[in-house]
Amino acid sequence: MSTYEPTETLDVKGLSCPMPVVKTRGAVDDLESGEILRVVATDSGSMSDLKGWADATDGVSMLEQEEAEEDGDAVFRHFIQKE
Amino acid sequence: MSSDADAPVDAGAASVEDLRAQVQALQEDVSDLREATDDDGQKSMTIIATKGTLDMAYPPLILASTAAAFGWDVVVFHTFWGLDILHEEKSKNLKLSAVGNPSMPMPNAVAALPFMDSVATSMMEKKIQENGTATVEELIETSLDMGVDLQACQMTIELMGYDEAEFYDGVTTGVGAATALQHMADADVQLMI
Repeated sequence: MSTYEPTETLDVKGLSCPMPVVKTRGAVDDLESGEILRVVATDSGSMSDLKGWADATDGVSMLEQEEAEEDGDAVFRHFIQKE
Repeated sequence: MSSDADAPVDAGAASVEDLRAQVQALQEDVSDLREATDDDGQKSMTIIATKGTLDMAYPPLILASTAAAFGWDVVVFHTFWGLDILHEEKSKNLKLSAVGNPSMPMPNAVAALPFMDSVATSMMEKKIQENGTATVEELIETSLDMGVDLQACQMTIELMGYDEAEFYDGVTTGVGAATALQHMADADVQLMI
Protein backbone atom coordinates (compact mmCIF):
# COMPACT_ATOMS: atom_id res chain seq x y z
CA MET A 1 0.00 0.00 0.00
CA SER A 2 1.19 3.44 -0.82
CA THR A 3 2.20 5.80 1.94
CA TYR A 4 1.12 8.85 -0.02
CA GLU A 5 -1.99 10.67 1.13
CA PRO A 6 -3.94 11.80 -1.94
CA THR A 7 -5.91 15.03 -2.01
CA GLU A 8 -8.18 13.77 -4.77
CA THR A 9 -8.95 10.41 -6.36
CA LEU A 10 -9.76 9.92 -10.04
CA ASP A 11 -11.58 6.70 -10.89
CA VAL A 12 -10.97 5.64 -14.49
CA LYS A 13 -11.77 1.97 -13.97
CA GLY A 14 -13.26 0.39 -17.08
CA LEU A 15 -11.88 3.08 -19.38
CA SER A 16 -9.19 2.35 -21.93
CA CYS A 17 -6.62 4.38 -23.88
CA PRO A 18 -6.53 7.36 -24.23
CA MET A 19 -9.06 8.23 -21.51
CA PRO A 20 -6.96 7.50 -18.38
CA VAL A 21 -4.31 10.00 -19.54
CA VAL A 22 -6.80 12.53 -20.88
CA LYS A 23 -8.90 12.52 -17.69
CA THR A 24 -5.78 12.65 -15.51
CA ARG A 25 -4.71 15.82 -17.30
CA GLY A 26 -8.05 17.43 -16.48
CA ALA A 27 -7.93 16.33 -12.84
CA VAL A 28 -4.34 17.57 -12.38
CA ASP A 29 -5.34 20.96 -13.81
CA ASP A 30 -7.84 21.30 -10.95
CA LEU A 31 -5.21 20.62 -8.24
CA GLU A 32 -3.30 23.20 -6.24
CA SER A 33 0.49 23.11 -6.18
CA GLY A 34 1.78 20.32 -3.93
CA GLU A 35 -1.45 18.35 -3.93
CA ILE A 36 -1.50 14.67 -4.85
CA LEU A 37 -3.89 12.92 -7.22
CA ARG A 38 -4.54 9.20 -6.99
CA VAL A 39 -5.62 7.66 -10.30
CA VAL A 40 -7.22 4.22 -10.17
CA ALA A 41 -7.35 2.38 -13.49
CA THR A 42 -8.05 -1.11 -14.79
CA ASP A 43 -6.20 -0.47 -18.07
CA SER A 44 -2.82 -2.21 -17.74
CA GLY A 45 -1.43 0.17 -20.38
CA SER A 46 -1.92 3.00 -17.89
CA MET A 47 1.28 1.91 -16.08
CA SER A 48 3.42 2.89 -19.06
CA ASP A 49 1.18 5.65 -20.44
CA LEU A 50 0.75 7.67 -17.23
CA LYS A 51 4.45 7.34 -16.37
CA GLY A 52 5.35 8.57 -19.86
CA TRP A 53 2.85 11.39 -19.63
CA ALA A 54 4.13 12.51 -16.21
CA ASP A 55 7.77 12.38 -17.35
CA ALA A 56 7.07 14.45 -20.45
CA THR A 57 4.79 17.00 -18.82
CA ASP A 58 6.08 20.03 -16.94
CA GLY A 59 4.77 20.64 -13.46
CA VAL A 60 3.81 17.07 -12.51
CA SER A 61 5.71 14.16 -11.04
CA MET A 62 4.84 10.50 -10.71
CA LEU A 63 5.45 9.62 -7.07
CA GLU A 64 4.48 5.97 -7.17
CA GLN A 65 2.69 3.32 -9.20
CA GLU A 66 1.31 0.11 -7.77
CA GLU A 67 -0.66 -2.89 -8.90
CA ALA A 68 -3.34 -4.15 -6.54
CA GLU A 69 -6.58 -6.09 -6.46
CA GLU A 70 -10.03 -4.64 -5.84
CA ASP A 71 -13.06 -6.93 -5.80
CA GLY A 72 -11.11 -9.62 -7.63
CA ASP A 73 -10.02 -7.30 -10.45
CA ALA A 74 -6.48 -6.08 -11.07
CA VAL A 75 -6.25 -2.32 -10.59
CA PHE A 76 -3.38 0.07 -11.21
CA ARG A 77 -2.93 2.98 -8.82
CA HIS A 78 -0.89 6.02 -9.71
CA PHE A 79 0.13 8.83 -7.34
CA ILE A 80 0.81 12.06 -9.16
CA GLN A 81 1.87 15.30 -7.54
CA LYS A 82 1.35 18.74 -8.98
CA GLU A 83 4.55 20.73 -8.49
CA MET B 1 30.36 36.60 -46.14
CA SER B 2 33.12 38.69 -47.72
CA SER B 3 36.55 37.23 -48.38
CA ASP B 4 38.00 39.94 -46.12
CA ALA B 5 37.22 37.73 -43.15
CA ASP B 6 39.88 35.23 -44.26
CA ALA B 7 42.55 37.87 -44.94
CA PRO B 8 45.38 38.31 -42.41
CA VAL B 9 44.52 40.90 -39.81
CA ASP B 10 46.21 44.22 -40.46
CA ALA B 11 46.97 46.12 -37.30
CA GLY B 12 46.07 49.39 -39.04
CA ALA B 13 43.24 51.61 -37.79
CA ALA B 14 41.05 50.98 -40.88
CA SER B 15 41.15 47.18 -40.32
CA VAL B 16 40.05 47.55 -36.73
CA GLU B 17 37.07 49.55 -37.98
CA ASP B 18 36.29 46.77 -40.50
CA LEU B 19 36.51 44.10 -37.81
CA ARG B 20 34.28 46.10 -35.51
CA ALA B 21 31.65 46.35 -38.26
CA GLN B 22 31.94 42.64 -38.99
CA VAL B 23 31.57 41.72 -35.32
CA GLN B 24 28.50 43.91 -35.07
CA ALA B 25 26.97 42.34 -38.20
CA LEU B 26 27.63 38.86 -36.79
CA GLN B 27 26.10 39.78 -33.45
CA GLU B 28 22.96 40.94 -35.23
CA ASP B 29 22.83 37.67 -37.20
CA VAL B 30 23.15 35.61 -34.01
CA SER B 31 20.47 37.69 -32.33
CA ASP B 32 18.09 37.16 -35.30
CA LEU B 33 18.77 33.42 -35.29
CA ARG B 34 18.14 33.21 -31.57
CA GLU B 35 14.83 34.97 -32.00
CA ALA B 36 13.82 32.70 -34.89
CA THR B 37 14.56 29.49 -33.00
CA ASP B 38 13.35 30.67 -29.63
CA ASP B 39 10.19 28.85 -28.54
CA ASP B 40 8.60 28.18 -25.20
CA GLY B 41 9.34 24.46 -25.46
CA GLN B 42 5.76 23.65 -26.43
CA LYS B 43 5.56 20.83 -28.93
CA SER B 44 3.20 20.90 -31.83
CA MET B 45 1.52 18.23 -34.00
CA THR B 46 -0.42 18.32 -37.24
CA ILE B 47 -2.45 15.32 -38.38
CA ILE B 48 -4.10 15.08 -41.78
CA ALA B 49 -7.16 12.80 -41.44
CA THR B 50 -8.37 11.49 -44.80
CA LYS B 51 -10.36 8.36 -43.95
CA GLY B 52 -13.96 8.05 -42.80
CA THR B 53 -14.28 4.43 -41.68
CA LEU B 54 -14.87 3.50 -38.04
CA ASP B 55 -11.41 1.98 -37.59
CA MET B 56 -9.62 4.91 -39.23
CA ALA B 57 -11.47 7.53 -37.17
CA TYR B 58 -9.76 6.36 -33.98
CA PRO B 59 -6.00 6.89 -34.55
CA PRO B 60 -6.17 10.65 -35.26
CA LEU B 61 -8.57 11.31 -32.37
CA ILE B 62 -6.65 9.20 -29.85
CA LEU B 63 -3.31 10.79 -30.77
CA ALA B 64 -4.81 14.29 -30.83
CA SER B 65 -6.48 14.07 -27.40
CA THR B 66 -3.40 12.44 -25.85
CA ALA B 67 -1.08 15.09 -27.32
CA ALA B 68 -3.39 17.76 -25.90
CA ALA B 69 -3.00 16.06 -22.49
CA PHE B 70 0.75 16.54 -22.93
CA GLY B 71 0.10 20.25 -23.45
CA TRP B 72 0.91 20.17 -27.17
CA ASP B 73 -0.55 22.52 -29.73
CA VAL B 74 -2.58 20.15 -31.98
CA VAL B 75 -4.30 20.61 -35.32
CA VAL B 76 -6.19 17.82 -37.10
CA PHE B 77 -6.99 18.79 -40.67
CA HIS B 78 -9.88 16.67 -41.98
CA THR B 79 -10.22 16.24 -45.71
CA PHE B 80 -12.15 13.98 -48.10
CA TRP B 81 -13.74 11.10 -46.15
CA GLY B 82 -12.01 12.31 -43.00
CA LEU B 83 -14.70 15.02 -42.94
CA ASP B 84 -17.26 12.39 -41.89
CA ILE B 85 -15.52 12.14 -38.51
CA LEU B 86 -16.45 15.77 -37.80
CA HIS B 87 -19.95 15.49 -39.32
CA GLU B 88 -22.26 15.28 -36.32
CA GLU B 89 -24.69 12.79 -37.86
CA LYS B 90 -22.29 10.74 -39.98
CA SER B 91 -19.75 10.40 -37.16
CA LYS B 92 -22.28 8.32 -35.23
CA ASN B 93 -22.72 5.93 -38.15
CA LEU B 94 -19.19 5.32 -39.36
CA LYS B 95 -18.83 1.89 -40.93
CA LEU B 96 -16.19 -0.77 -40.95
CA SER B 97 -15.53 -2.45 -44.28
CA ALA B 98 -15.43 -6.24 -44.25
CA VAL B 99 -13.95 -6.39 -47.78
CA GLY B 100 -10.20 -6.37 -48.33
CA ASN B 101 -9.56 -6.63 -44.62
CA PRO B 102 -7.40 -9.71 -43.94
CA SER B 103 -8.12 -9.42 -40.20
CA MET B 104 -11.78 -10.26 -40.81
CA PRO B 105 -12.59 -13.89 -40.09
CA MET B 106 -14.29 -14.40 -43.45
CA PRO B 107 -13.27 -14.72 -47.11
CA ASN B 108 -13.69 -11.67 -49.35
CA ALA B 109 -16.41 -13.43 -51.38
CA VAL B 110 -18.55 -13.62 -48.23
CA ALA B 111 -17.48 -10.18 -46.99
CA ALA B 112 -18.74 -8.66 -50.24
CA LEU B 113 -22.36 -9.66 -49.50
CA PRO B 114 -24.54 -6.56 -49.09
CA PHE B 115 -25.14 -6.78 -45.34
CA MET B 116 -21.61 -7.73 -44.30
CA ASP B 117 -20.33 -4.19 -43.65
CA SER B 118 -23.20 -3.71 -41.19
CA VAL B 119 -22.38 -7.01 -39.49
CA ALA B 120 -18.69 -6.13 -39.22
CA THR B 121 -19.56 -2.66 -37.91
CA SER B 122 -21.94 -4.03 -35.26
CA MET B 123 -19.31 -6.51 -34.11
CA MET B 124 -16.74 -3.75 -33.78
CA GLU B 125 -19.14 -1.41 -31.95
CA LYS B 126 -19.92 -4.20 -29.49
CA LYS B 127 -16.22 -4.78 -28.87
CA ILE B 128 -15.63 -1.04 -28.39
CA GLN B 129 -18.38 -0.93 -25.78
CA GLU B 130 -17.20 -4.05 -23.95
CA ASN B 131 -13.60 -2.83 -23.86
CA GLY B 132 -14.50 0.55 -22.38
CA THR B 133 -13.08 2.28 -25.45
CA ALA B 134 -14.47 5.77 -25.94
CA THR B 135 -16.87 6.38 -28.83
CA VAL B 136 -15.87 8.62 -31.74
CA GLU B 137 -18.30 11.23 -30.45
CA GLU B 138 -16.74 11.18 -26.96
CA LEU B 139 -13.25 11.54 -28.41
CA ILE B 140 -14.32 14.50 -30.53
CA GLU B 141 -15.95 16.27 -27.57
CA THR B 142 -12.90 15.52 -25.40
CA SER B 143 -10.46 16.76 -28.05
CA LEU B 144 -12.40 20.00 -28.52
CA ASP B 145 -12.60 20.51 -24.75
CA MET B 146 -8.84 20.13 -24.50
CA GLY B 147 -8.19 22.75 -27.14
CA VAL B 148 -7.45 20.55 -30.16
CA ASP B 149 -8.14 22.50 -33.34
CA LEU B 150 -10.30 20.18 -35.48
CA GLN B 151 -10.33 21.67 -38.95
CA ALA B 152 -12.67 20.80 -41.82
CA CYS B 153 -11.23 21.41 -45.29
CA GLN B 154 -13.43 23.96 -47.03
CA MET B 155 -12.85 22.59 -50.53
CA THR B 156 -14.00 19.08 -49.57
CA ILE B 157 -16.98 20.42 -47.57
CA GLU B 158 -18.20 21.90 -50.84
CA LEU B 159 -17.14 18.90 -52.92
CA MET B 160 -19.11 16.53 -50.67
CA GLY B 161 -22.07 18.90 -50.56
CA TYR B 162 -21.97 19.31 -46.76
CA ASP B 163 -23.23 22.32 -44.84
CA GLU B 164 -20.96 23.94 -42.24
CA ALA B 165 -23.80 23.74 -39.70
CA GLU B 166 -23.70 19.93 -39.91
CA PHE B 167 -20.35 19.73 -38.13
CA TYR B 168 -19.76 19.63 -34.37
CA ASP B 169 -19.75 23.00 -32.61
CA GLY B 170 -16.17 24.15 -32.25
CA VAL B 171 -14.96 22.66 -35.53
CA THR B 172 -12.95 25.15 -37.60
CA THR B 173 -14.23 25.65 -41.14
CA GLY B 174 -13.11 27.97 -43.92
CA VAL B 175 -9.58 26.56 -44.05
CA GLY B 176 -7.56 24.99 -46.83
CA ALA B 177 -4.27 23.35 -47.70
CA ALA B 178 -2.27 26.52 -47.07
CA THR B 179 -3.50 26.73 -43.48
CA ALA B 180 -2.61 23.06 -42.93
CA LEU B 181 0.85 23.48 -44.45
CA GLN B 182 1.55 26.56 -42.35
CA HIS B 183 0.94 24.59 -39.17
CA MET B 184 2.81 21.53 -40.48
CA ALA B 185 5.91 23.60 -41.25
CA ASP B 186 6.23 24.55 -37.58
CA ALA B 187 5.08 21.22 -36.14
CA ASP B 188 7.34 18.71 -34.40
CA VAL B 189 5.13 15.81 -35.53
CA GLN B 190 3.25 15.57 -38.81
CA LEU B 191 1.08 12.57 -39.66
CA MET B 192 -1.15 11.63 -42.56
CA ILE B 193 -3.80 9.10 -41.60
